[in-house]
Amino acid sequence: MSAYSVTEPSKVSKWVAGLLVTLYAIITLLPLVWIISTSFKTGPDSISYPPKVFFEPTVEGYVNLFTTRTRPAVSELDTLPPPDGLMEEIARRQGTIITGPSRFAERFLNSVIIGFGSTALSIILGTLAAYAFSRFKVPLKDDLLFFILSTRMMPPIAVAIPIYLMYRELGLSDTHVGMILLYTAVNISLAVWLLKGFIDEIPREYEEAALIDGYTRFQAFRKVVLPQAATGIASTAIFCLIFAWNEYAFAVLLTSGNAQTAPPFIPTIIGVGGQDWPAVAAGATLFLLPVMIFTILLRKHLLRGITFGAVRK
Amino acid sequence: MAEIVIRNLRKEFGAFTAVQGSSFTIKDGEFFMLLGPSGCGKTTTLRMIAGLELPTSGEILIDGEDVSQRPASQRDIAMVFQMFALYPHMNVRKNIAYPLVSQGVPKAQVQQKVAEVAKILRIDHMLDKPVGGLSGGDRQRVALGRAIVRNPKAFMMDEPLGALDAEFREIMAEELRALHDRMHATTVYVTHDQLEAMQMGDKIVVMNHGVVEQFGTPQDIYDHPATLFVADFIGSPAMNFLRFDGTAVAGAETVTLGENPVTLPQLQEPASGSLVLGVRPEHVSLSDTAPLRGRIEAVEYLGTTQIVTLSTPFGAVKARTSSALSARPGDLTGLNLSAPRLSLFDATTGRAVRTAANAGVFHG
Repeated sequence: MSAYSVTEPSKVSKWVAGLLVTLYAIITLLPLVWIISTSFKTGPDSISYPPKVFFEPTVEGYVNLFTTRTRPAVSELDTLPPPDGLMEEIARRQGTIITGPSRFAERFLNSVIIGFGSTALSIILGTLAAYAFSRFKVPLKDDLLFFILSTRMMPPIAVAIPIYLMYRELGLSDTHVGMILLYTAVNISLAVWLLKGFIDEIPREYEEAALIDGYTRFQAFRKVVLPQAATGIASTAIFCLIFAWNEYAFAVLLTSGNAQTAPPFIPTIIGVGGQDWPAVAAGATLFLLPVMIFTILLRKHLLRGITFGAVRK
Repeated sequence: MAEIVIRNLRKEFGAFTAVQGSSFTIKDGEFFMLLGPSGCGKTTTLRMIAGLELPTSGEILIDGEDVSQRPASQRDIAMVFQMFALYPHMNVRKNIAYPLVSQGVPKAQVQQKVAEVAKILRIDHMLDKPVGGLSGGDRQRVALGRAIVRNPKAFMMDEPLGALDAEFREIMAEELRALHDRMHATTVYVTHDQLEAMQMGDKIVVMNHGVVEQFGTPQDIYDHPATLFVADFIGSPAMNFLRFDGTAVAGAETVTLGENPVTLPQLQEPASGSLVLGVRPEHVSLSDTAPLRGRIEAVEYLGTTQIVTLSTPFGAVKARTSSALSARPGDLTGLNLSAPRLSLFDATTGRAVRTAANAGVFHG
């Protein structure tokens, strides 16, 4: 007879669990792999059927993403001087010449400014509000908390028209500030609720000890509460950033020239010189990176953040 | 160090009154216990002295200065919490140094002070450890270190031994008292453990339902409880209560229980109606000839002594007797009550009747 443990899972169940997790990972990762591999394909390779798993990688998609090109007549192409630089050479290979940079870099930068800006603002305001809700006697506290959450009870796009009109009147349409404020307004309810939960879990005694040790309320908050809440702040920041980063509907509606973010821009690449799937895929791949890096950097916190409070230490 | 005077201190939380009109004085250098069951207002009182709660009304004087409406940071008080409240993101050294850093003390001086304090508390070998891995006793030492490092006017301790194992509690109680005897720092200590209060305190305030029931030295409170609540709360086993109806005039030296006259300290005020005679178990002795009769119900052996539970017409009585005395459940016997140590209470008000014995110990 072999001894078995009550708490340790059996070999079979471990094996089954491992298999399920692997399967799930494959299913979720497949679209990513698809996008990333398409971004390194040539135009014909990207639409070939059956799909090519093995192909000769090229950065055509990335060159096309960052440039605008024209397709001159073949006779004209032959009369041009030899290509100047790698990008020009890759463009020539496709029978095009580069006429200038595309607006992708600019749109990407807009996404970074608006995404991180609104995340930072949501976190700052959310942490302060959550602290106040957690620690102070706020009149009508429960009603206020419900009101804050109620902004999440409908899809934000349902109020798109009033916001559109409001923004036009206020001159906030198509501005970075306008988009940062909008995304902050959407995210703040999530931030307040999540962070209040985290701050509630921090024993008051820490601050009280600091107050007695001669610190002011704000110093105690900054030096004692904030380091304790780092985990919660990090995971809240990830959720806020993912929303602001991926938001499409408001971005389409409210931005066009100046403050347009990457999500509404990427689909427009399709229209430039035929269906350039590698360029679209390249845009999507680059667009994934910042959130991916941010999440990987904070992932230790994220995991602890999600399970926070489930088991008291 | 400082004297702390509490005058008519009151705290309301909405409709609930946590502390109602407390008054007492904590002398300079005293080890002062706030004792009572949970919810009696002792912690609220402590937190008001520390400045973590502001009183609804009343005065708190530290060294003659009214600080009742000042924030904690301006009161120069240190506090030790039940859950230690060590800053988890700092190591032992930083925890102890923290109050000094807040005052802007120069670095070299901070290091020196921390080393000094760590030595006193015998935690100098663990200064660079994170606080997370420490045992309960060591955590409490670090918390004490953080409190004593800046020589505050007074220490507040909120059940500092409550979170420790029984074994550590004993050791830390001794250490605390030894530390106090060495530093003579005014200390206010909250506990619900009457044994701890008796063992460590110079003075005790017993609170119940937000009211100060009695204030005095452990001995006075034990020997001459001012109310039925105090009599019941202090001592283990608790004081015996013999309930009877009777009348006694001022100056009387006996009361009549049923048909038995019982001698007690001379009454200084009249008492009548439903009364309670209080007697500590150690002041009950068994004697076959005594007129007050009882039946032995149970015997608990405690080594040198035993607790004999008897049923009498006036209620159950526990007697602490020598283990050598033979007592068998079912036996009928007589009870002698030691006259000078008896207390008489008015059952309706719950207050002790003033007698020659307790007159001197009651404060207001």
